[in-house]
Amino acid sequence: MNLLFIFIISFLSIETPGINGYQPGDKATDFSLKSITGKMVSMADYKDARGFIVVFTCNHCPFAVMYQDRINELAKKYTPKGYVLLAVNPNDPAVQPADSYAFMQERAKEKGFVFPYLFDEGQKVYPQYGATKTPHAFLLDRNLIVKYIGAIDDNAEDASLAKEKYLENAIMSLENGTDPVPSITKAIGCSIKVKKS
Amino acid sequence: MKFITHLHICIIFLLAFPKGTSAQNLRIFDTFEEFKNSILLHNDTTYVINFWATWCKPCVKELPYFESYHRTTGKQKIKVILVSLDFNKQIDTHLKPFLSKNHYTAHTVVLADKNFNSWISEIDESWSGAIPATLLLSGDKRSFVEKEFESSEDISQYVDSFTHH
Repeated sequence: MNLLFIFIISFLSIETPGINGYQPGDKATDFSLKSITGKMVSMADYKDARGFIVVFTCNHCPFAVMYQDRINELAKKYTPKGYVLLAVNPNDPAVQPADSYAFMQERAKEKGFVFPYLFDEGQKVYPQYGATKTPHAFLLDRNLIVKYIGAIDDNAEDASLAKEKYLENAIMSLENGTDPVPSITKAIGCSIKVKKS
Repeated sequence: MKFITHLHICIIFLLAFPKGTSAQNLRIFDTFEEFKNSILLHNDTTYVINFWATWCKPCVKELPYFESYHRTTGKQKIKVILVSLDFNKQIDTHLKPFLSKNHYTAHTVVLADKNFNSWISEIDESWSGAIPATLLLSGDKRSFVEKEFESSEDISQYVDSFTHH
C-alpha cells in the first residue's frame, strides 16, 4: 500500500508541469509587499511611472549576489528616467535563513540599495509572476503589461564582459515603443526556496 | 628505479581516486556544442544527467543520492553524469577541491558555456534555468525535471517509471 502511494506521488511529481507564470503581453498583478524600511509598497504608489522593473532576487544566492551591484546601478540610471525598480525576495527564510527580513535590511544597508527591497512574505507573489529562480527579472510597462522576462545580461561572472544587456535593451525598446527582442531569456540561477509540503 | 617510483605514484593515484572522476581528469566543455556531442547521446543506455554546482545548496545535498544510485546500477545500461555549472573562476578553487574531498565515482564533467540563453532550452523547453535539474535520455525518449530528489530511491523510482513508460 505504502509503495503504491509512493509510486503515485512520484508519478504526480513527474507529470506536474512547471508553474504557469506570465508571458510577454500578459497584464501583471500589482502587489503590496513590505519593504525593508517597514513601509508597504505597491506599483499603484507610483502614479507617474513609465514602467516597472521587478527583480526577484535574494541575499544568499551567488548569482543574485553577482548581480546586486548591477541592479543598484540600473535603479540609479533608470529612476530619473521614470522607471521604478522593485526587488523582491521570494525565498522562505525558514528554508534559507540568510534570506530573512533582518538580513535583507542588513544587505541593503551594506550595499546602499537605492531601490525598495521587498519581502514576499507568505510567498504569494512570485508564483503569480512565474518566477522560478533568483535573479529573475520582469519588465512591465506603465499599464503593468509584461514586456520582458528573464536575465539581466549574458554574463553573470563579469559585468564588463556582458555582450547582451537584455534588460536594458528591453527598457530601450519600451522607450521606443517597440517590443523587446528577445522578450524572454533564460539563465542559470538558484531555485526559489520553498518549504516542502 | 625511476620506473618503480612512477609505478608507486600511479598506485597511490589509483588508491586515492577509485575509478571515478578525479579533479585531475575532469573534462571541461567550453561550448554547449562539444557537450552535446559527447554527453547527450541517444543510444540504448539510459543517461541520468544532473545539473548542479558547488554553490547550490540543494544540489550539493542531493549529490550523495545520485552517487549511491549510481553505485546500485551495476551492470544495467544506466549511466549517471553529474554536470557542474560552477563559475569558471571557481573550477580550481571550489569545484576541484570539492570533488577530491568527496570521491564521487559517478562521471562528472563541467559545462563552462556561460551563454546560458543559447543552450538552456536545448536541454528542455520547460527549463527556466533553476538548479538542481535532471534530464533523462534513452534513445529518442527524454524526460526533464526541475526539482530536488529526496533520496537515491526517489531517483531510482523516477528512472524506473521513465524506462518502463
